[in-house]
Amino acid sequence: MEIVLAIGIGVFAGSGVWLLLRPRTYQVIIGLSLVSYAVNLFIFSMGRLKVGAPPILPGPGVGDPATMADPTPQALVLTAIVIGFAMTALFLVLLLAARGLTGTDHVNGRED
Amino acid sequence: MVRSLAAHLVIAPILLPLAVGAAMLLFDERRRQLKMTLSLLTATTLFGIALTLLIQAATIDTDGDATIIAYPLGNWPAPFGIVLVADRLSALMLLLTSVLGLSSLLYALARWHKAGPRFHTLFLLLLAGLNGAFLTGDLFNLFVFFEVLLAASYGLVLHGSGTARVKAGLHYIPVNLVASSLFLIGVAIIYGVTGTLNMADLARLVPSLNIDERALFETGAAILGVAFLIKAGMWPLCFWLPTTYAAACAPIAAMFAIMTKVGLYVILRLFLLCFGGEAGNSAGFGADWLYYGGMATIAFGGIGVLASQSMLRLAGYSVLVSSGTILAAIGTTNNAVISGALFYLVTSTLSISAFFLLIELIERGRDAGADVLAVTMEAYGDGESDEEEDDDEGEVGVAIPATIALLGGAFVACTALLAGLPPLSGFIGKVAMLSALVNEAGSISFSHWLLIALMMLTGFATLIAMTRTGIRTLWVPGEGAIPRVRAVEAAPLGALLALCVLLTVFGGPAMRYMDATAQMLYWPQEYARDILGIAPAGTVPLRPTSGTGGKP
Repeated sequence: MEIVLAIGIGVFAGSGVWLLLRPRTYQVIIGLSLVSYAVNLFIFSMGRLKVGAPPILPGPGVGDPATMADPTPQALVLTAIVIGFAMTALFLVLLLAARGLTGTDHVNGRED
Repeated sequence: MVRSLAAHLVIAPILLPLAVGAAMLLFDERRRQLKMTLSLLTATTLFGIALTLLIQAATIDTDGDATIIAYPLGNWPAPFGIVLVADRLSALMLLLTSVLGLSSLLYALARWHKAGPRFHTLFLLLLAGLNGAFLTGDLFNLFVFFEVLLAASYGLVLHGSGTARVKAGLHYIPVNLVASSLFLIGVAIIYGVTGTLNMADLARLVPSLNIDERALFETGAAILGVAFLIKAGMWPLCFWLPTTYAAACAPIAAMFAIMTKVGLYVILRLFLLCFGGEAGNSAGFGADWLYYGGMATIAFGGIGVLASQSMLRLAGYSVLVSSGTILAAIGTTNNAVISGALFYLVTSTLSISAFFLLIELIERGRDAGADVLAVTMEAYGDGESDEEEDDDEGEVGVAIPATIALLGGAFVACTALLAGLPPLSGFIGKVAMLSALVNEAGSISFSHWLLIALMMLTGFATLIAMTRTGIRTLWVPGEGAIPRVRAVEAAPLGALLALCVLLTVFGGPAMRYMDATAQMLYWPQEYARDILGIAPAGTVPLRPTSGTGGKP
């Protein structure tokens, strides 16, 4: 399972970085999204991978940490997803404004 | 347990601008008077709060240590809950933020706040984010506050619209989004290794990491460091900076003078907490990178200053020079140098901010920069038709118009501050750093000579570039109209420069404050103990293991 997740993160990050370096704004925004997927998966994996373990206490009393997933990275990843989503939306607005003002979708605002 | 109201003062710098900024969204864009009053009131209150916190942090505790105010949110104990921490360094940065916020806001009220929608809300959110970043004692909240301040800054860079700003934003925003991704990766690795995000807890855990964990932890810290270095503008991560600062409108650029300092603040804090003298095998990790990277930044900034054609770019490059100087000073890991760097940080931020305000006033008389402004003013209604024409028109060429004399005086003050020339506080900061470098025990190493030479040379380069620009713009007789400057625009500029003069006059007390701050940063175990409320891990002795000077 670890190797699948690691490859997944690697593919996301790799394609994201490649797209980020492309000259069109649309490619950049997709690249940013892919990079943020990779980052979110990475944060999630930092709580260690466990199958079928809830991140909450099963009932009253002291729980056994070995049967639980770490809740902190899950909380962090939730925050990161929300923030990343908002930033993507904001960048999309800018992208459209740039397209309208400069008449091109090149990241430098001019074709060359 | 009911805490007294004064104990809640620590959270006020975050809550107040956040609440007022959000509430202002409910009012219509046309109710400018109300919004102006509200945001001015907020900024003034923030200044008062920051001053109170600074005084609290500066007083010596009953146990003889420096005061560190830890504010546990929701009253959960520190490593589990989230804490806000106000110590000398955060209080100093809060005060600096509030001073810049107040002066930039005043300046913006003359005309710029009408150049686009929701200026006041964005501005207050920027203040909330900055204050939060300075106060938080927890890595993930640092990320959240960074995003708050960045989101507000994205809006403010674009304030006033126009092609130049959108183009600059198209570079500024992705660069910072990628930096935020790196930030998250770094935080995640650090959490994965140590299982904590609390900075004080990290400082306690670092010395006890075993060799495998240490390698991973240092990797995480390095990735995190890159994210902050992008914000601080270390070469080669700084190419976005001069363009963005030059494109932003004057009060925003003046406010952004503190944005690079946020990155520097975090590096200073985390580097000394995690890799200071008490960090065991990790001590000094990355110091060389900061040192040589800082020097490369100084060199790049110096060349940029000499090569700049416009004043705005010159100011952008002097931001880089100031960042580089502070980075290199942190990299020396010598607390006398760092205390000089703290003084330099305050004065360079104030002077760069003043310079950005000044540039717009000078350029106003010339046609080049004025066209963008004219367009946006047309779109959002011209508010200055009520302004009376001065009697400058009838003047014959002999006398220097008062406005030009005033601007010229301010320009000379900025030159002295940025180049670090004697009469003003820029000089004191540089001398404090240089004398600490020269007075080091034993022989001065070659790399320190290099830094000394670089600092001298860039000071000289700044002087040349500023003199050249000054002659070209202020000594041209009778070309173009004399810029119309309102009192509300001149006042913040004057106040910023007056603060620099005050820093010169009260250089002694200010330097003592910086010394004590640097000393405190140097013994993170005390910081950890105060915040966690427990004795630190017994393996580490509670006495200074390195550094110069004694405990305050």
